Parts: sequence; C-alpha cells; structure tokens
Amino acid sequence: MTIAPEFTTTREPLLDDAQLVVDDVSRTFPSPDGGVVQALVGANLRVRRGEFISLIGPSGCGKSTLFNLIAGLDEPTAGSILMDGIERNGQQGLVGYMLQKDLLLPWRTVLDNVVLGLEISGVKRSDAYEIAKPLLETYGLGSFMHRYPRQLSGGMKQRAALLRTILFNRDVILLDEPFGALDAQTREHMQEWLLDLWDDFKKTVLFVTHDIDEAIYLSDRVFVMSARPGRIVAEIPITLDRPRHPSIVTSDEFIALKTTARGYLNNAHRVDGHIVVED
Amino acid sequence: MTGTTSPAQTAASVVAPGTAESLARLGELRLTTVFTPRRRRVTKEPSGWWVNALRIGVVVAIFAYWEIGATVGWIDTFFWSKPSAIWNTALIALGNGDLFVNAGFTFTSTIAGFLIGVIGGVGIGLSFWWSRTYALVAEPMVIAFEAMPKLALAPIIVLVLGIGISSKIAMATALVIVIQILNTYAAVRSVDSDLTTMVSSLGASKWQVFRKVVVPSVLPWVISSLRVAIGLALTGAVVGEYIGSKEGLGRMIQYAGSTYDIALIWVGVFTLALLSAVLYLGVTLLERWLLKGVARVN
Repeated sequence: MTIAPEFTTTREPLLDDAQLVVDDVSRTFPSPDGGVVQALVGANLRVRRGEFISLIGPSGCGKSTLFNLIAGLDEPTAGSILMDGIERNGQQGLVGYMLQKDLLLPWRTVLDNVVLGLEISGVKRSDAYEIAKPLLETYGLGSFMHRYPRQLSGGMKQRAALLRTILFNRDVILLDEPFGALDAQTREHMQEWLLDLWDDFKKTVLFVTHDIDEAIYLSDRVFVMSARPGRIVAEIPITLDRPRHPSIVTSDEFIALKTTARGYLNNAHRVDGHIVVED
Repeated sequence: MTGTTSPAQTAASVVAPGTAESLARLGELRLTTVFTPRRRRVTKEPSGWWVNALRIGVVVAIFAYWEIGATVGWIDTFFWSKPSAIWNTALIALGNGDLFVNAGFTFTSTIAGFLIGVIGGVGIGLSFWWSRTYALVAEPMVIAFEAMPKLALAPIIVLVLGIGISSKIAMATALVIVIQILNTYAAVRSVDSDLTTMVSSLGASKWQVFRKVVVPSVLPWVISSLRVAIGLALTGAVVGEYIGSKEGLGRMIQYAGSTYDIALIWVGVFTLALLSAVLYLGVTLLERWLLKGVARVN
C-alpha cells in the first residue's frame, strides 16, 4: 500500500493576483447524535485571476460545502473567504454558482431564464434581452431561446444554466458537477464548449467533478479532497499546453497526471484502512 | 491493496456456497415452471356517439320509470312527486320570476364567498412563507378550524350577520378559505428549495425570491384548487340559506319542505344542480385561461 506524502495546505504568502482566497476555512455541523460533523477542515485555496481550478474527491469530502461557503450561502465556523482581498463571509451575489441540476425556472423560457441574474441586479428586461440574445445565438441556443426548459435536452438545459451563470457577470464562477448527469458524448461537447466560454469571457472557474479525466483536461490545477473530515489533501499542477485537443487524453503526460491523481484519490477513499464504498 | 485481500477474493472462480445453491434452484425452476407468453389486450376506446346515446338513454329510462311508476302507483307521489308535476311547478316558478331571483341570490353569495375565500386563503397561505415562527404558531389553529364542521357554525353566523346576503357570503367564505390556506401552505412548502437557493446565489432579496420563485411555483396549485373551492362555496351559501334567509335556492327548498311541496323541492334541487354545473364549467374555463396567462406572463 502506497502512502501518499502528507500534504498540508499551508498559508502561502498572498499572491498579488489572487482573486479568491479561501483562508484556513472550516465548517462543522451538529450531528443528529449530539456530536459534530466536520464537513470541511482547514481548507486553503489561492486562486489567480482567470485560472481554471478543479476539485475532485469522493462524496462527502466537503466540495459542495466549500462551494456554498464561497457563494456566501453558508458561513464558515472558522477562517475566511476573501475576494480581491476583502473578507466576504456569508455574502451572496458575488460569484456565479451553477449546480448539477440545471435549476431553470420551468415557467420561464430559455431567454427569460438566462437573464434572471441581470434582472435581479436591476437591469431592465428589454436591455437584458438585448445583451442575452446575441450570446444565445453565438453559443448554440439561438433557436431554443423561446422554448421552455421541459422542451430541451439535458445538454441544452445545462448550456442555458451555464449561460445564465455567465450572464450574471461575475469574475468568479463555481461549477458544481455541471455535467455529472449527462451522457459521455454530450459531456465531451460540453467540455469543449465550456473551454470556449472560459476563453472568451476570461472567467476564474472553480469546477467540481467526480471525473479525473475531466478535471485534468479542463484545469490549470487540480485539488484532491478526502472525506471525513473533508479536507484538501493534494494539489496537482496541470502542465499540459493549451489549447488542448480532446485527443490529449491518450498522451503519456496526461496518463501520468491521471495516475498521480488516482493515487491521491484512492487514498482519499480510505478511512482508517477501510475502503469506503460510496455512490 | 495486497494487505486486505481475503482468501475468498484469491479463489475468484469458485462461487460462494450460498450463491451456488441459489443458481441451482433457479435452474430447477426454469425446468419445472411453465411460462405462458401473454398478449396484452388492447382495449378499444368506445365511439363518442354511442357513449352519449347510452348516457341519455339511462337518464330517460330513470325519468320514464319515475313518471310511469308514479302514475301506476308503484311510487308514492306524496313523498316523491313525479316528473310531470315537477315540470309544471318549474314553469310556474319560472313564470313568476321566483326561480331567477332565488338562483341569482345563491349565485351572488357563492361567487362572493368564492372570491373572498380564494384571495384571502391564498394570501394567508403565502404569508406563511415569510416567517417560520408565524407559520408554526398558525398552522395548528388552521388545522383545528379545518377539522371543525364549519356548517355547525351556521346558526351563529346567521345570528350575528342577520338573514341577509352577508351571512351567506360568510358561510361560503368560511368553507373555502380554510382549504385554500392549507392548500397554498402545502404548495409553499413544496417549493423547490434548490430553486430558491439558486436565486439567492444570484443575490436576490427575500422579496425577489418570493416574487420570482415562490409565487409562480404556487400558482398552478391555486388554479387547480379552484374547482373544489367553487363547490364548497355553493354548499356554504345554501346551508346559510337553510338556517335563515329571505331569498335563495336553499331558502326555497327549505320553505317547500315545510309546506310539503315536494315538486318545488325537486325544482330547487334540479336548479341547484344546474347552477353548480354552470359554476363548475365557468371555473374550468377560468382555470384554462389562467394557466395560459401564467405561461405567458412568466
């Protein structure tokens, strides 16, 4: 049994271009039996402007907890979330957040769904439409803009949800397993599409996935998390050149990275020497 | 990996004893049980005119039996009257305008009670979304009020509000509002919390979450409860008239009963049935129109 080198997420000196800093953040919940569940312990992340970061790990490793904290939907028990150097614990509306479920409002058309963020920030609907329509055309939803979500395929719904997140117009976007429910082929298209968007809009992306290939293919850095307690156990810099062609997944470099990631991840799945079976 | 490998895993080709037994039994069953492939019977939808002809036929048969039975003497006309007598009474009631006045009175109180009950009930139900404490305090009271037979309140309501139209409206409202509160509250609780989370993550205020997620989610529930509500409103109005009133179909039936005018009772009952059918149809059309409107507005 190989033991992963002990990885500690230490507080590095603040990077000048760090847009998002997760500083020693912990979150505990009271458990039903009266104790506490440590959902996330001492997480440290420094994300540069325009960087693409992936988080991989087993269920219950605190990925979603971390995202909820960054999105301000929940507050850390210890530590702080900083954006552009300012503490933002529990403040909503500062990042774009997209979940695995498309969460499109079923009574709104695609167009009305994607402008929701703009609408909430007080932009007039007609102005929001003017902004959204060309984008819908460019990113493959032009002919679907007056359809309702129930009339769309899973991939199209996720596109709409992602465009809604982009149109919300924040620098940082959090994507929580956005392609988790899609079939392999659609997923591949969506990855390409996401990279295009990322290129065009220069967003800082935090991406959660179960899929090692997806994480490596998309990211600049991959963070591996482990469960019970949820913590970040490893950081893997992805040195592959961009733009990346889908065929890169068969290259030696890619496979080496994958092996490394798998090694960390297998350790992450072990708790006290037992293999934890999840999902 | 190697440290945790058990003997069972090393001899992967040997099936565990329990499994082997199960496999053997399944094999036996395959040999002994006989499977008959079945064809699913496709039931043909009967044609429309045939169904309608049957419906009319049944109604005509009942009335014919009633009329003939009453004439021959199988049916006691003192208690049951007969269709021809009822028809004559109806013509008289139509001729002197009584029927229109009474039906109009009942119609008005039903509609008023329906509107007040629905709007009030939906408003109160939606208000529960704003405060958990308030909802928890109010909920058992609403349920207690729902459990209580509200028709038992009719004498008090008539005493307090008098024998005019307001007591009938109050009865209709009482029946409708409780159901509407409970229904709307159930709808509010079933609003997808992921949707509200998503909208909050876009920086929405509580009011924006309410307007953009809660109200549109609740609307279909409200619309589909309108048909139940109109029936309850009619019941409330008629019971109010039974207790004490100067007008209305309920009052007409009650009066006819006390004077042994069985034919007039039937006229009242049939008019009520007709009125309720008209109201039901009206609400169904309203429902369709509202659903279309909801789709368009949002």
